Amino acid sequence: MGSHGIRDRVAIVAMGCTRFGEHWDKGADDLLLDAAGEALAGAELTAAEVDAYWLGTAQSGMSGMMLAKPLGLEGKPVTRVENMCATGSEALRQAAYAVSSGAYDVAMAVGVEKVKDSGYQGLNAFPIPTDGTNRTLTAAAMFSMVAPAYAERYGVDPAELRRALARVASKNHYNGARNPKAQFRREVSVEQICAMAAVAGELSVFDCAGVADGAAAALVVRAEDAERYTDRPLFIKALSLVAGNGSGLTDPSYDYTTFPEVVRCAEDAYRQAGVTDPRAQLAMAEVHDCFTPTELVLMEDLGFCERGTAWKAILDGVFDLDGELPVNPDGGLKSFGHPVGASGLRMIYEAWLQLRGEAPEARRIATLGADRNLALTHNLGGYPGEMVSFVSILGSTPD
Amino acid sequence: MTPATPRGILAYGTYLPVHRRDRAAISAVAGKGGGQGTRTVASYDEDTTTMAVEAARGVLAGHDIGSLWFATTAPAYADKTNATAIHAALGLAPEVAAFDVAGAVRSAMGALRAGLHSARPALVVAADLRTGLPGSGDEAAGGDGAAALVVGPGGTGDPGRDGRPVLAQALGWGSATAEFLDRWRAPGEQHAKVWEERFGEGRYVDLGQRAWDHALASAGLTADQVDHVIVVGAHARATTTLARKLDLGARLHPVGAELAAGVGFTGAAHPALVLAATLDEIGPGQVVVLVTLADGADAVVLRTGEALASYCSPVPDLDQVGAGAAVGYGRYLAWRGFLPVDPPRRPEPGRPSAAAAGRSTEWKFGFVGSEDDAGTVHLPPSPLDPRPRPMSGATGTIVTFTVDRMAYSPSPPVVFAVVDFDGGGRLPVELTDVDPAAVHIGDRVEMTFRRLYTADGIHNYFWKARPIRSRVTGEGS
Repeated sequence: MGSHGIRDRVAIVAMGCTRFGEHWDKGADDLLLDAAGEALAGAELTAAEVDAYWLGTAQSGMSGMMLAKPLGLEGKPVTRVENMCATGSEALRQAAYAVSSGAYDVAMAVGVEKVKDSGYQGLNAFPIPTDGTNRTLTAAAMFSMVAPAYAERYGVDPAELRRALARVASKNHYNGARNPKAQFRREVSVEQICAMAAVAGELSVFDCAGVADGAAAALVVRAEDAERYTDRPLFIKALSLVAGNGSGLTDPSYDYTTFPEVVRCAEDAYRQAGVTDPRAQLAMAEVHDCFTPTELVLMEDLGFCERGTAWKAILDGVFDLDGELPVNPDGGLKSFGHPVGASGLRMIYEAWLQLRGEAPEARRIATLGADRNLALTHNLGGYPGEMVSFVSILGSTPD
Repeated sequence: MTPATPRGILAYGTYLPVHRRDRAAISAVAGKGGGQGTRTVASYDEDTTTMAVEAARGVLAGHDIGSLWFATTAPAYADKTNATAIHAALGLAPEVAAFDVAGAVRSAMGALRAGLHSARPALVVAADLRTGLPGSGDEAAGGDGAAALVVGPGGTGDPGRDGRPVLAQALGWGSATAEFLDRWRAPGEQHAKVWEERFGEGRYVDLGQRAWDHALASAGLTADQVDHVIVVGAHARATTTLARKLDLGARLHPVGAELAAGVGFTGAAHPALVLAATLDEIGPGQVVVLVTLADGADAVVLRTGEALASYCSPVPDLDQVGAGAAVGYGRYLAWRGFLPVDPPRRPEPGRPSAAAAGRSTEWKFGFVGSEDDAGTVHLPPSPLDPRPRPMSGATGTIVTFTVDRMAYSPSPPVVFAVVDFDGGGRLPVELTDVDPAAVHIGDRVEMTFRRLYTADGIHNYFWKARPIRSRVTGEGS
């Protein structure tokens, strides 16, 4: 027994990603066609030449037919997967394992979400019949409980912490402003964010991810086949997933300053990839900044900072585009937007662009080098105390 | 032959919602009506069922309850018994019968009469939610609240032999019934209508006099042997006139006026509410007559027993009267559904599943968690645990909290906290009866049975946490 990973056995050879935003004129079909089409074009393949598909959507449709119909697939295995906000990452994980096993030669992972058709604010869970005793709190409110708990535990002045959280949003907006595919392309200052009215705990709407429609796609093959499709593949170093058991909600020892599922997931991923010093070895990270306190805690849970120090590192600019370890150089969920089923693949799309040197110059990371060419993506679903966590590590060269 | 077991009142408890409306604010909005003092207002998440649970929670210990009678003029459901939800929230055994006696204020006296004649102690609980058109007398004079009585055969108090002794023995009962129209309300309508009050006054005074005479005769007492009298009814003028006709003078106990000023007339709950407040104030060996004017008249004669001297009501009526939080007119109207407010741009919650709720009745209605062999408490209960763990009486401390201004709520914002319970167990749970600006980490809370929301006509009942209310205990309040 063990989690062994598939280090360097599978390569991403093409990707696609739509602009994220309010696509009033496009349905999920259109978005799927755009993202899958871009990926297929990149590898010079037709849809019929892909052997198997994994479609990630949290609640925009059901079954593999949601993808088979717009792509006109005939006789293809298509599986719809769902793992809350980590759905897109889960699609990639399944596709990668499928080619790694030898069952298929070429597989595609596609993620899509059509959120803006609901007519409501924020994300809304698919209603499942229950006894009526479950929480009806928004995700923003659940994550808002992290901030006061963190301030209390580490003795951080709440005003100082407020600035650190605003700095997270401001940084991600700065990066997103340099990303033509991002939903929000306007820079926002720390002062502007701090002046916003609170909507959940101390969080304002500027502490929350953008709610967007969008789709993203990746084509994967066994590493030895990669050169048939591209001269610059991305090698999968690690794929890790942890589904929490919800004990944080009922365990009095849980204090809302960490996400234990993420810690376990990161440990597993680093072991698979052989990473021992993530802050130094990674060239960049895309993390699940659904709310600003989430990114704060992730900097510690992913091992980028010692406990209780991330707020300071954020204020010091460690994770800025030109910082020691750029985090969310594409703008993150905050600025790029969060179409649930697509977000995990969107993160990998940024790693694809950056590690291949294709990111627009305005947001190109400066950390990349011959001995520093790994990217991490982190994607989570759920809430403090009960979440699923996904971590991937990708590299531009095999070991 | 053993002597007849004394029957009467074995325990009592009351519940008044924390919110108060200032009657003086009414005329500014409605252009008429109002008056002095305050009335109680059930919160948006309370109904007659939840208030009945609150009143009854503290009175059951030591009683072998055989039946539950729930009286109200404002049942949360028609065509479905409401007493079953009360039964479930109180954790009563399946063998305990539960009945609604709903429709009119007089239902409360019918329930009391049925309970007094029961073979085993009966829980007789009444709750009401009184509304009226803005500016009306009912709006100003009405109040929301609940009262619970355990009645029936008393014992010696020896737990090995029989039940608790009577606090007040029922000596006699008198009724007078007549068909006449004083107030009425078609099913589904929110507000009652009333006839010109002099007509009802004449009928009520006559009927009240008859019931009084019958009750004293059946008790074998004369009027001068009565120490305290309580006269209640929706027709305030008739109650005053009857008291004068009966020449009650100082025997008309002053708690009646005190509750009218600070609480209002709580409909079906009012007879037991005033009786409970009176029993809190008097000692053993006193003869009390409760007269209720409602579509006729009912009078019950009681003599307080020695056990009353040591009885502690869970939270005395008059303590609750003084512990109120002001609520504005607009918010009150919104809570009652008379002033629909723009909802958040979030989907309304779906209706709870009858089947799923049916599987978790102990948790949903009774707030019963579970406990493993190490004593770790799980909320909601874990299917892996060997034992249930009742938690409705547990107190706890707020570990962290948030105020959600985006989530759907019948009365935004949602105030939500992570609560660690004394003796184990943690639950992230909604808070109620709190000022969002006044919540702090470390605040102490207790659980309260509430209606979370209503969807497809289904009331979603569950528990919330609220600040611990002051209790009179051995150390005083």
